Amino acid sequence: MKFGILVNEGPYTHQASDTAYHFTAAALRAGHEIVRVFFYHDGVNNGTRLSVPPQDDRNISERWSELAKAHDVELILCVAAAQRRGLLDEDEARRAGKDSDNMAPGFQISGLGQLIDAGIQAERLIVFGD
Amino acid sequence: MSVLHIVNKSPYDRYSLDTCLRLARPDSAVLLIEDGIYAALKNAAASERVQQALENHQIYALEPDLQARGINPDNMIDGISLVDYDGFVKLTTDYDKSQSWL
Amino acid sequence: MATKKFLYINRKAPHGSIYAQESLEVVLIAAAFEQDVSLAFVDDGVYQLMQNQDTAALGSKNFSPTYRALGDYEVNKIYVEQESLELRGLAKDDLMPLVYEDEDDDWAEKDSIHVVSSAELAEIIEQQDVILNF
Repeated sequence: MKFGILVNEGPYTHQASDTAYHFTAAALRAGHEIVRVFFYHDGVNNGTRLSVPPQDDRNISERWSELAKAHDVELILCVAAAQRRGLLDEDEARRAGKDSDNMAPGFQISGLGQLIDAGIQAERLIVFGD
Repeated sequence: MSVLHIVNKSPYDRYSLDTCLRLARPDSAVLLIEDGIYAALKNAAASERVQQALENHQIYALEPDLQARGINPDNMIDGISLVDYDGFVKLTTDYDKSQSWL
Repeated sequence: MATKKFLYINRKAPHGSIYAQESLEVVLIAAAFEQDVSLAFVDDGVYQLMQNQDTAALGSKNFSPTYRALGDYEVNKIYVEQESLELRGLAKDDLMPLVYEDEDDDWAEKDSIHVVSSAELAEIIEQQDVILNF
């Protein structure tokens, strides 16, 4: 079955991102297809490559990146939500005249249309948030 | 089958569970995750509401969230079924759609 | 492209958090996809539609006038749960009037807001293909 996943909260503060990750991994294990994981609201913070969690804790954004690499899962940050919160890829950083980008591997920035498209393409859209 | 309602808030913090039960049709199911699992406990203020809801709905609780919070399954209201993440995925395929009461 | 029934359930009050504002952004984008869009306002979500919102002193964007534009985007199925209004001592008159022009009825101006009971809203939820909760 085709799944779309919406993540509305950032890492660490709320469990939503962890639950979304475990759900997505379990869906892939069961042989389902993940059309897209879309990150909205503070959920875009999952896409930073600059977080440095303690050694004995999980690295949430790295975990998403690894999942994307292993299963070719599309990880999309909403552009408007990302710009507001300072999540930038190289192009966005250059366009906005910022001195750095901070996008983790496997994440891409795109429009809200990708969320609606996930709702259209997927047979199930599962929402995780606070 | 119909809707899988997902509740992730403690019934003592927010109205999510009440609203969910008010808007859940009889054949729909409820899955308690994250802080929502506190609704699964016996002998608490919300227990009676949940017990009543069991007459019309299948109710599930996410076991890893129970374990994380130190909840012994023996203290759960009878009739609530435990699922793991694989079971969570299965539920979302068994029901036509899901509604997360964030 | 297949048409699906999308329901956006809004359950959070505006201004105290960004959910209402960013949810409205989703709905406006969604309108361009020619899907069957409905909105529901439940719990504190009903506060999103209050009249006379003024954020000038907060210095934040007052997005409440945008709800009035929904009719122009052909988003005209707006359901407000009666019980949520009553619990908060509100009536439909406390909400912004939201209208649309019905092209099938000589562009007559019609009310987009439907105050519905819990049972009616439960039925509407049941009929959807995709439900997004903000």
